[in-house]
Amino acid sequence: MKALIHWLGNTELSTLIKTVTWIIPGVQVIHILAISVVVASMGMLDLRLLGWAGKRHSIAEYASRFLPWLWGALLVLLASGSILIIGEPERSLGNLVFQLKMALLLTAVAVTLGFRGLLVRDLSAGASDLRPEHGLAAKIVGGVSLCLWVGIVTAGRWIAYAG
Amino acid sequence: MSTLADTLERLETTRLATAISESTWAFPTIETVHVLAITLVVGSIAMVDLRLLGLSLRRRPIAELLVEVLPWTWTSFVVAVASGALLFASAATHYWGTAPFRAKMLLLALAGANMLVFHLAVQRRLPAAAAGDDSRGGPGAAAKLCGAISLCLWIGIVGCGRWIGFV
Repeated sequence: MKALIHWLGNTELSTLIKTVTWIIPGVQVIHILAISVVVASMGMLDLRLLGWAGKRHSIAEYASRFLPWLWGALLVLLASGSILIIGEPERSLGNLVFQLKMALLLTAVAVTLGFRGLLVRDLSAGASDLRPEHGLAAKIVGGVSLCLWVGIVTAGRWIAYAG
Repeated sequence: MSTLADTLERLETTRLATAISESTWAFPTIETVHVLAITLVVGSIAMVDLRLLGLSLRRRPIAELLVEVLPWTWTSFVVAVASGALLFASAATHYWGTAPFRAKMLLLALAGANMLVFHLAVQRRLPAAAAGDDSRGGPGAAAKLCGAISLCLWIGIVGCGRWIGFV
């Protein structure tokens, strides 16, 4: 990891990102806007899974409405996050809070994909929505996902202060 | 002007404000709450704006979307204002003097004005067709303009907010 940080920090791209003063703040703004999209759309979906909002609509409808925004915004986050990492590899890769954030992120993606798999299986087996026997699983996914995204944003902000 | 300077100084020397500025964890913690609240404010407003622009949720009636989303927007906006006020109090004189803070407040006021125009004038004149499915006609130019202005202003507000941390 140390070698990677050292190598990244000495690339021309890294120097460019560090020396042009507006790149890091500008990219951070894009990063925050994209996380807004994730938190709002996953918030809607998770609250629906928990049964706390949007109960007039089916889970399938909510998933097809909001999951594309998650994947799109995740791409933007990955791209903008990569630029920030290349610019300041020591601040991010070498930071324990950053590593925690990545672990939470991978868990959130895995949980979401797991839920999506369950839904797709139910739908392709002829159900009109997530099967009622998967209701508890949906609630757990909603609660866990909500906590994970709050944790990801929290860890993201704390990279600047701790680790 | 001296009264304003006095007020700012009195604000940042309150016990609460000094507690925040002297603590190592208080500021980052409040800031985290502020960022989380803003993601909800901006994300939920963007949903409405994109709907007005006809870029997403086109089969959803606008009125229904507003009823469903705006309570979350307002709740998180209250949290954002309260946490923002605490952050501001911790170094009131400094923040007041910075360009991005002033720009952010100006953009917030404009976003508020745009919202009032939408709710008081545009929303009630939405074509009946737009109350439902956009395939029978969109929400019209005025609503689209409100959506576009709102989206730009909120992007600007996030930008200025982040910029405050760099001056």
